[in-house]
Amino acid sequence: MADPREVVLRRIRAALADSPPVPPVVRDYEVARDVGDVLDLFAERVADYRAVVRRVRVEALPVEIEASLRARGARRLVAPVDLPGWWRGGEVVWSLDGPAHPLSVRALDRADGVLTGCAVAIAETGTIVLDAGPAQGRRALTLLPDYHLCVVRADQIVGTVPEAIARLDPVRPLTFVSGPSATSDIELDRVEGVHGPRNLEVLIAH
Amino acid sequence: MGRNPVTWLGSPAFPSAARTALADVQLRGNLAHATGTIRGKRAAAVAELPDWERLRLAGEAIKDDVLANLDTYLTRLESQVRARGGVVHWARDAAEANAIVLRLVREAQASEVVKVKSMATAEIGLNEALAEGGVSAIETDLAELIVQLGDDRPSHILVPAIHRNRAEIRDIFRATMPHAAQVSDRPADLAEAARAHLRSKFLTAKVAISGANFAVADTGSVVVVESEGNGRMCLTLPDTLITVMGLEKVVPTWRDLEVFLQLLPRSSTAERMNPYTSVWTGVTPGDGPRAFHLVLLDNGRTATLADRVGRQALRCIRCSACLNVCPVYERTGGQAYGSVYPGPIGAILTPQLGAGTDDGPTGKLLRSLPYASSLCGACFEVCPVRIDIPEVLVHLRNRTVQEKPAYDPEAVAMAAASWVMASPRRFRLAQRLLGPLRLLARGGRIRRLPWPASRWTDSRDVPAPPKETFSAWWRRTRG
Repeated sequence: MADPREVVLRRIRAALADSPPVPPVVRDYEVARDVGDVLDLFAERVADYRAVVRRVRVEALPVEIEASLRARGARRLVAPVDLPGWWRGGEVVWSLDGPAHPLSVRALDRADGVLTGCAVAIAETGTIVLDAGPAQGRRALTLLPDYHLCVVRADQIVGTVPEAIARLDPVRPLTFVSGPSATSDIELDRVEGVHGPRNLEVLIAH
Repeated sequence: MGRNPVTWLGSPAFPSAARTALADVQLRGNLAHATGTIRGKRAAAVAELPDWERLRLAGEAIKDDVLANLDTYLTRLESQVRARGGVVHWARDAAEANAIVLRLVREAQASEVVKVKSMATAEIGLNEALAEGGVSAIETDLAELIVQLGDDRPSHILVPAIHRNRAEIRDIFRATMPHAAQVSDRPADLAEAARAHLRSKFLTAKVAISGANFAVADTGSVVVVESEGNGRMCLTLPDTLITVMGLEKVVPTWRDLEVFLQLLPRSSTAERMNPYTSVWTGVTPGDGPRAFHLVLLDNGRTATLADRVGRQALRCIRCSACLNVCPVYERTGGQAYGSVYPGPIGAILTPQLGAGTDDGPTGKLLRSLPYASSLCGACFEVCPVRIDIPEVLVHLRNRTVQEKPAYDPEAVAMAAASWVMASPRRFRLAQRLLGPLRLLARGGRIRRLPWPASRWTDSRDVPAPPKETFSAWWRRTRG
């Protein structure tokens, strides 16, 4: 039997026998643009998705994280093993997830919430991007708990999508998160809260 | 072959399906509401970006480059995916792709798979093929779940259950979900019911099947764009991930995503960004599936690529903006198009992907689709990759006409008209002979003519011939 790979490639070459002209890709769209204060814009755009956003001082992070967890009533938290230790505090039971001791799916599902950092954030679209790098953990960690508390440093926030793409390494597992999980599947109207975390809270630390 | 891969077997040609759909008042109400909502939101989301037109031009150019060098980019993608621990399969058609997936599911010893919404797997009828092989496929996207539980067919690319309103969805859930007997028709409650229904499936599934929105040739990275988190569940939790991807979904470089991740969400759900986008490359130890299979699907795409005018349909990124603005789609709904690809893009994609069918009724349906348009051009205006859908519609109509035999009534009528118009004398005579038809007119229009002209007036009025033709007036006043 003919090898499907060879057949498909041969069909493609035959279909392109007319050698279609390929004009160059002109990238005259805006890679960066003046979006004003990126922190303000990021906070506004994240809030538009009905996520909770607060701007806090870096040195006050432990207090602010504790305040968020208390307000949420979260008692059993999970976090990546390389989360800065000084972020963790309060009357909370912490379970740390790492390559040596991964938490079970059930344990992640039972947690009240997850605390992470992020890799990059996009002001214009109100997006945080996780790349499994420092303080972020593997993908399942930020997926199963119903509440995701994410710390975004001011220097991680860029203005536009192209600026974020330039900062990211696609070979790492990436997750772009824009607000809590949502659906437009009923009458094309957006409703928050389906399978992913139904509650997203972002602390902008500056 | 039991089932045509691109159209639903036994679907009537568009005009007769449309007539049935137009009589459904509930359907028309649901569609007008949903498409009206999304049209306004899309316009606002697009207006926010000052460089929208430049992004469209870049999107078009990137996709044209992909199509012109498809073999190069696909083999590059293949070697990158392999280098990072993935397995690549090639499928010439639907049957071959379905057989590959079924074999992989059996090798993983699974009898149940969870699915991320995917047009490619809907196109090839994967769920039915898996069912025949004893594997049940669970759709996890809310709208796909509504269609699956309601034993229904999809009617929209993005929101397959767009033809259902909240009360109908509530009734489907109450009837089919074990724990949803009391669920209300509030969208938030319906979403909650879907969450509860699928949670344990996600946590225990061994195999997931997805499509792909994009795949980057340079790095082997695959991209899935979604909203609910069902995609993340499927892409992250099971041991084995099988992704079925149309050949044309490849893009050359990671940087190209900076264009498409702006074009797609704003065109599709009219958001600045969709809630979740996942990017993965082969297998990452300790994070996500331990086995990754990528199935590259032809199924009519290379035949489409061979058509110089029609190949632009392969630029499509499945946003569904063209459906939402189409006056025909808004009135007939998606099921009248008889295929998983409805609306304007379906009217040019389905006849090309399905071309060469030897099934008579299917051929009739495929030939009718390019006529399912008023050629108003709204679809081209909104298309994020600038597919000139009206151009392709006219091109495909021309192909249909060329294929008709010389004794076809339309061909005979056109030949007669051509003969009459070729001579000034015959043309004047014809004008004189048709003049008395004026007596049939009411308010300047003729609503009904006897057979065979009734085939025209059944759905259209004819303007009444004037009392005096232009050439007669010219001769009288200037001659």
